[in-house]
Amino acid sequence: MTDKIKKATRHTNQNEGLIFEKSSHGKRAFELPPLDVPAADPTKSLGANHRRGGVEGFPEVSEIEVIRHFTRLSTWNYAIDLGMYPLGSCTMKYNPRVNEFVARLDGIATEHPYQPQELSQGCLKILQLLEKCLLEITGMDAITLQPAAGAQGEMTGLLLIRAYHGKNGNPRKKVLIPDSAHGTNPATAVIAGYEVENIKSESHGQIDVDKLRDLVTPDVAALMITNPSTLGIFEERIPEIARILHDKGALLYMDGANMNALTGITRPGDLGVDVMHLNLHKTFSTPHGGGGPGAGPVAMKKILEPFRPVPILVEKEAGRLALEQIRPDSIGRVKAFSGNFGVLVRALAYILAYGPGVRQATEDAVLNANYIRKHLEGVFDLPYSLPSMHEVVFSDALQKKNGVNTMDIAKRLIDYGFHPYTTAFPLIVPGALMIEPTESESREECDLFIDAMRSIAEEAATNPELVKTAPHTTRVRRLDEVGAARKPILRWKPLPARSEAAD
Amino acid sequence: MRYLPKSPAERQDMLAAIGAKSIDELFSSIPERYRLREALNLPGPLSETEVIDFFKARAAENSGGYASFLGAGVYNHLRSVVTDAIIQRGEFLTSYTPYQAEITQGTLQAIFEFQTLMCQLTGQEVANASMYDGSTATTEAVLMAERLTGRSRILVARSVHPEYRDVLKTYAKNSGLQVEEIGYGPSGTLDQKALQAALKDDVAAVVVQSPNFFGVIESLPPLADAAHASGALLVTAITEGVSLGLLRPPAEADIVAMEAQSFGMAPSYGGPFAGVIASRDKFVRQMPGRLAGQTTDSEGRRGFVLTLATREQHIRREKATSNICTNQALCALAATVHLTLLGKEGLREMAHQNLSKAQFALAELEKIPGVRRAFDAPFFNEFTIELPRSVKIINAYLLREKIIGPFVLGTAYPELTKHALVCVTETTSRAEIERFAAALRRALEQPI
Repeated sequence: MTDKIKKATRHTNQNEGLIFEKSSHGKRAFELPPLDVPAADPTKSLGANHRRGGVEGFPEVSEIEVIRHFTRLSTWNYAIDLGMYPLGSCTMKYNPRVNEFVARLDGIATEHPYQPQELSQGCLKILQLLEKCLLEITGMDAITLQPAAGAQGEMTGLLLIRAYHGKNGNPRKKVLIPDSAHGTNPATAVIAGYEVENIKSESHGQIDVDKLRDLVTPDVAALMITNPSTLGIFEERIPEIARILHDKGALLYMDGANMNALTGITRPGDLGVDVMHLNLHKTFSTPHGGGGPGAGPVAMKKILEPFRPVPILVEKEAGRLALEQIRPDSIGRVKAFSGNFGVLVRALAYILAYGPGVRQATEDAVLNANYIRKHLEGVFDLPYSLPSMHEVVFSDALQKKNGVNTMDIAKRLIDYGFHPYTTAFPLIVPGALMIEPTESESREECDLFIDAMRSIAEEAATNPELVKTAPHTTRVRRLDEVGAARKPILRWKPLPARSEAAD
Repeated sequence: MRYLPKSPAERQDMLAAIGAKSIDELFSSIPERYRLREALNLPGPLSETEVIDFFKARAAENSGGYASFLGAGVYNHLRSVVTDAIIQRGEFLTSYTPYQAEITQGTLQAIFEFQTLMCQLTGQEVANASMYDGSTATTEAVLMAERLTGRSRILVARSVHPEYRDVLKTYAKNSGLQVEEIGYGPSGTLDQKALQAALKDDVAAVVVQSPNFFGVIESLPPLADAAHASGALLVTAITEGVSLGLLRPPAEADIVAMEAQSFGMAPSYGGPFAGVIASRDKFVRQMPGRLAGQTTDSEGRRGFVLTLATREQHIRREKATSNICTNQALCALAATVHLTLLGKEGLREMAHQNLSKAQFALAELEKIPGVRRAFDAPFFNEFTIELPRSVKIINAYLLREKIIGPFVLGTAYPELTKHALVCVTETTSRAEIERFAAALRRALEQPI
């Protein structure tokens, strides 16, 4: 370890095999209360041809072994709770614990989606208040909380657009997507039945508005933009972009992945956006949980409201709330039941904690990003120099000269006690270092990060091999991804019986 | 604000370091006229205690104190406190998708274990790291079958969960799929004659659910044979995973789409849960969603990585197998911990308790004059009864006795207005079942 590494030091962590390798017949970790009705005979009740003996290979372990197994695994993870997680575009902010607590309350976690609506008014009030808050934040007219994640929100948004155009006689053919967009955008457009036309960014990383004017033909259903863009730059001409689209009858979709830069400062609805999704697991702090669950509400202008997916939350007489399942123009159902309700609860708890003060979170997020940019400019190449919002994108151009690329720097950052920034993205910056600190980082943590990055830049110049072979302190070194994909091992299998193995 | 780690002086220092006079300067790229001049009109700010009070007040407006006989895709099962203790560890809870394998081995190994458990349960060879839920997993399984067969007609049983079919239709509308529904026979299982008549060489997939939405168990081998004879794939949806503790796994299916909610996830008014897609090794490159794979590091140690990413949107963009990115990882972890706790014997016992209670409940209800079992095929923990009157009216009466009655089938099946889907699990006590039976008897004795 170098003395430059201030945030981390080595410590012992436990080895742990797969749970299946610890299993021994007859052990168990959970006991059920005794059966209080006569025991059924499975063969008689189900028929011999439907019956199974037991799940072959299922683990048999005790409770302490379960606790140790998963606790040991957990210690091999980096997490926000351990420190800064500067993954650009992912908005890895603090996940308040009270949100976890309220999502697990009796009367919240215990509720069944098909229980009578007169016994669900509490759940429905939560949904209604969240709808109102998100509409206020986005400046939109209507919303659906149904989509399970951002990508499903995108699909829902595009289906709304398709339904709208369809109602006007022609669903149109194409969706325009900037080359800086996240990969879900084009993948989603295809699912919604649209062709994708990529549009190149102009030299400052903004949408080329003049070129856009030519591209918006009567075939174009919508433009999908991310704002701020994946370069962390606000699309200054967005109202003009909206006008260009609207003049040709096309609509403006905004990927709200970067809403953490705008909340309380400006509203997409006021900027001319027709429909957008929000990632509640980004801007609204619901935990990422190692990859999910999330929620991707879609907010929209009035013209799209009739097409919202069912169920639709409505207020009836005397303030009674209800979910309606039938709407003639609805795009249908995008997910069973009432959205990822438990995630929606957490997001509302987050908003209530801040209230109008949520603007301060946005300001701190942008402050942190600019502070880091200021201290790393010159140390790393800054390919696009327009003002940064909540994230800053550098490139590895300076370090490449010594054969060190962004992935190497990212891996070396691990040795310094940080999670890497985003490396593979945006595609328009070769060798991108996409850094999003969020508002959750103190000045001290930002300073440690800046020191680490400067130190790595120095290492890249003086001892590139050290960086190229990083990380050096993790329990496993760089893993053979090519081998994993060539001959996939995607599940554990028991070793062959000993007699066979001896052959 | 308690979540923000900066003092006013630190903010000023940082602004000075940047060379900005005010925070507004950092937002100068947003045209002035579009910047909000007033604070957002939001409730709050609330202290932690007030946040808790707010949600407790909402919780009190829900269904506390009622016994429930609802299932229909969301099941109430015992959950160990250990599961929540594990998934609330910050190292799991607040970690991102494990793209940086060296510092996310915990999540990756847990996913690998999840994939293994799902294969063992379903009798399939490969399972993914999770989909949003059972409904979208079923749809993604159909899209996968479309890619594998190059065909576009889909035959889906009407006995598949109505909301799953709705989701399938939403996705199908714009992807050139033709979805046709196949009815059910007198025993509640798929009408095999109707299936045979509809099966032609343009069918990509036959979609069934087992136990199906009426609670009865489908016999998969003949359905698989019929589908395969015309070159179609058999997609089997499973909404009640606990059934697999006693039921033969759907090994004949080509793709299994499962809802894993029963494995340690609270009903939570409909989510978040976890969908699963399991299939055959030879189909893996057409699978949607993330996959964890075993590999070695540069020093030969075992480790895990996300693999076969060339199927996914972040690499393939518009040519990806699906647009899914965020999945339900923490829910999948809950399922992994829960199933590890239950283990082989615990899952079998839980399944057996469900079966026993359902058998007992049916016997109790059948004693009531006018109540009869609607379908005679074997069932697991849900069964359909036919009542002499509209289920809606009966349920309104039951509600007055603090009982949330069974699922009203008439909403989704107009021909079944007098039919109700009763669910009992190991969490339903004998006393509750008896109270339900007594209340139902009284309800039916009421003058119309």
